[in-house]
Amino acid sequence: MIAFLIKRLMHAFVVMFVISVISFAIQSNLGDPIQQMVGQSVPESQRAELREELGLNDSFLVQYGRFAANALQGDFGYSYFFNEPTTEVIQRHLPATLELVIAATLIIVVFSVPIGVYCAIRPRSALSRFFMSVSIIGISIPVFLTAIMLIQLFAIGVDFSPFPVETGWGQWLNGVLSTEGGMPSYGRGNNLTHLFGTWDSNFFSLDGLTYLVLPAVSLASIMLPLFIRLIRAEMLEVLQSEYVKFATAKGISLKRIYFVHALKNTMLPVITVGGVQLGTMVAYTILTETVFQWPGMGLMFLEAIQRSDIPLIVTYLMIVGLIFVVTNTLVDLIYGLVNPTVKLTGKPA
Amino acid sequence: MIDKKTLLASLLGASVVLPLPALGQDESSDSDPVTLRMAYDADPVSLDIHEQLSGGILQLSHLTHDPLVRWTKDVKFEPRLATDWERIDDKTMRFTLRDGVKFHTGNDFTAKDVVWTINRLKRSGDFKAIFDPIASATAIDEHTVEIKTHRPYPLVLNLATYIFPMDSEYYSGETEDGDPKDEIVKNGDSFASRHSSGTGPYEVVSRQQGVKVEFERFDDYWDKDSPGNVDRLVLTPIGENATRVSALLSGDVDFIAPVPPNDLERVKADKNVELTTMSGTRIILMQLNQKRVEAFEDPRVRQAFNYAVNQQAIADRLMKGFATPAAQLSPKGYDGYNDSLEPRYDVEKAKELMKEAGYEDGFSVTMMAPNNRYVNDAKISQAVATMLSRINVDVDLKTLPKAQYWGEFDDRAADIMMIGWHADTEDSANLYQYLTECPDAETGAGQYNAANYCNPEIDEKVAQANVETDRDKRAEMLQAVEKALYDDAAFMPLHWQDLAWAAKKNVKLEPVVNVMNFPYLGDLVVEQ
Repeated sequence: MIAFLIKRLMHAFVVMFVISVISFAIQSNLGDPIQQMVGQSVPESQRAELREELGLNDSFLVQYGRFAANALQGDFGYSYFFNEPTTEVIQRHLPATLELVIAATLIIVVFSVPIGVYCAIRPRSALSRFFMSVSIIGISIPVFLTAIMLIQLFAIGVDFSPFPVETGWGQWLNGVLSTEGGMPSYGRGNNLTHLFGTWDSNFFSLDGLTYLVLPAVSLASIMLPLFIRLIRAEMLEVLQSEYVKFATAKGISLKRIYFVHALKNTMLPVITVGGVQLGTMVAYTILTETVFQWPGMGLMFLEAIQRSDIPLIVTYLMIVGLIFVVTNTLVDLIYGLVNPTVKLTGKPA
Repeated sequence: MIDKKTLLASLLGASVVLPLPALGQDESSDSDPVTLRMAYDADPVSLDIHEQLSGGILQLSHLTHDPLVRWTKDVKFEPRLATDWERIDDKTMRFTLRDGVKFHTGNDFTAKDVVWTINRLKRSGDFKAIFDPIASATAIDEHTVEIKTHRPYPLVLNLATYIFPMDSEYYSGETEDGDPKDEIVKNGDSFASRHSSGTGPYEVVSRQQGVKVEFERFDDYWDKDSPGNVDRLVLTPIGENATRVSALLSGDVDFIAPVPPNDLERVKADKNVELTTMSGTRIILMQLNQKRVEAFEDPRVRQAFNYAVNQQAIADRLMKGFATPAAQLSPKGYDGYNDSLEPRYDVEKAKELMKEAGYEDGFSVTMMAPNNRYVNDAKISQAVATMLSRINVDVDLKTLPKAQYWGEFDDRAADIMMIGWHADTEDSANLYQYLTECPDAETGAGQYNAANYCNPEIDEKVAQANVETDRDKRAEMLQAVEKALYDDAAFMPLHWQDLAWAAKKNVKLEPVVNVMNFPYLGDLVVEQ
């Protein structure tokens, strides 16, 4: 266990090093930060001065060396735009992103397990077929499109009336097709509950929750179908296995077989995929947050790219890299707990 | 100002002081406070109005400060903190200042604040270039300021639109850390970037960069005649175009700018919101680099390129009518605007000129344009490339995001490059100085002249106009310059981008918009 953690820590260092080198290496392609800072009529001489001041004229190695030396002491530099240490900027934006990811994860867990299990138990029922075809659509529509459609339907509202308004049935059908709107279309709202430090939460008031719904649903929309299909496929396989057949033969109640024996073994690969996808979800927050103007890390990162705010970009990439390393390590640990036959260090026990 | 004391004071002010009829704006004082929620594509980078010369900062300046004079809708001057001005001689202008004006701190506004502000502008990296012509500012008495220029300078009033007097007393001295309070820091923290005191209609009460800025109406605002009735402003930056429009249509905000051109029709069609547009002053043009392509040295080729491009079609179809086709740099209202110049679309004529110049079979060129800087920039460049193919010119087009584009532009990396320009001084001479004058790294002339076009005769005429203080004579000279550039086909003008704002029906935007792209929100009326 200890040996495993130490090994993972070494991995983490290598990963962070590689990320920092790569993000540093691409900065020359990210555009000129000076351009974003000064007005159009500022002469070249003054721009050169500012460039020198920021150390942008030094060679790659000198710049990287300076960055790495500071980073090892926890100083990741100052954001050009916010005029603050990048770590502070990220600390301020992190809670919003985490809340979004947590909310989306809740939606995924609450819906994917029952639907996935149902589709496995009753593979031929109409409802299962319906879930399967909807999930295909869900996987194929990109997040930003889902987000924009949700805004149009539930924030702005749609007035759709192809049926005659005079008749009762027409009115009813039109009503079914049209939506009222009224959900908040952007941001986190004003009713945030302060938890600690930079963490203000949307979870503790009804008004705060309404702001969370649309972004969380959009973010969940890409993963939810994936998990439904994954759970369904795994469960189907498990239901074919010998021990389930044996349990059935033994006369154990179906409920117990499905939810105790089969589901437990179904969840093993789901946890692995889930851990990896959690990292991916952080990446998807870039799209969701941009569409909903959600003041989290994803939006901050996209804006940092537009402003060529290099220190912030590098810090963000490193922190996301860290999140990936940490979640994967955790997944491996949990895996060991769930299935004791898995050896973490790869040595015979 | 955002320290706690003022926050408390302004909160008290909103609840206690406003109901007094003597201080209230209208008789509507007993009604609920009016809040305007607005969404811009970005929020101001700093509270220091001298830190950056940009649209966002100027918008802020008009909220928290007041200029000496400001532009009206038809590009004329309107007195604000200066009530009157007169030219003493070629190099001196005397301004009479308004009496009884107070800063947000309660300090009285006097001539020394104007002098202090001008001196600070001359130190500001972004502003010093345009304030370079000013030699000195002197307070004659409490309410009179004299501005002297190095040489005869016709644009003192234009510069006065940039003079937003700051509270000199408030910004004097040192902070607890020992930094001077008046320092201008481009990349870092400063007192002025976090604190503000001006004479403007609004005070900043809270600010979270990138999330929102909140303003409250300043109780002691000097302009009691202003019809403005908005007590509280909340500015949220929404960078994503679709989201900004959705926020307006769903009623989450009351006012948005800019309105993305793809959504203009949609906004117009919505019955709850109103679209306000007007012709803008930002010219979009293409520059033909003579240093890279020999053919562009021949004026006939440059003319042919101009004849080949159908500006009207671009404005009508691509821009959906939200652009004014251009044949020159100066927009209508500028002194240099020459109304005899028309777009010259004629493909036959273009072919003829190419033949005359010996390029009947055309040639290949490279073209670069940004894809997120100007309205429809990438599509426009594609359209131009297609139009040029009709005169057998083969265009290899590359479009880039603005962050990358400007680096390429500075390197003059393509034969044809797109640029949009808005004159900071709202004057034609600024257009020539940056876009058409012979490039000179020493003086900074032609800094954005990616055509490498150089015509010393024309430059000489501009120089003469720049020391002519008789406005009518000067206008005549500038119009001659515009004509000469047109005949020489120094560049390919495309259009002036229209400006567009959208707001809920009860927000009366129309009277407060102006060519500067920042409506005077201090005078905005929101009907209850």
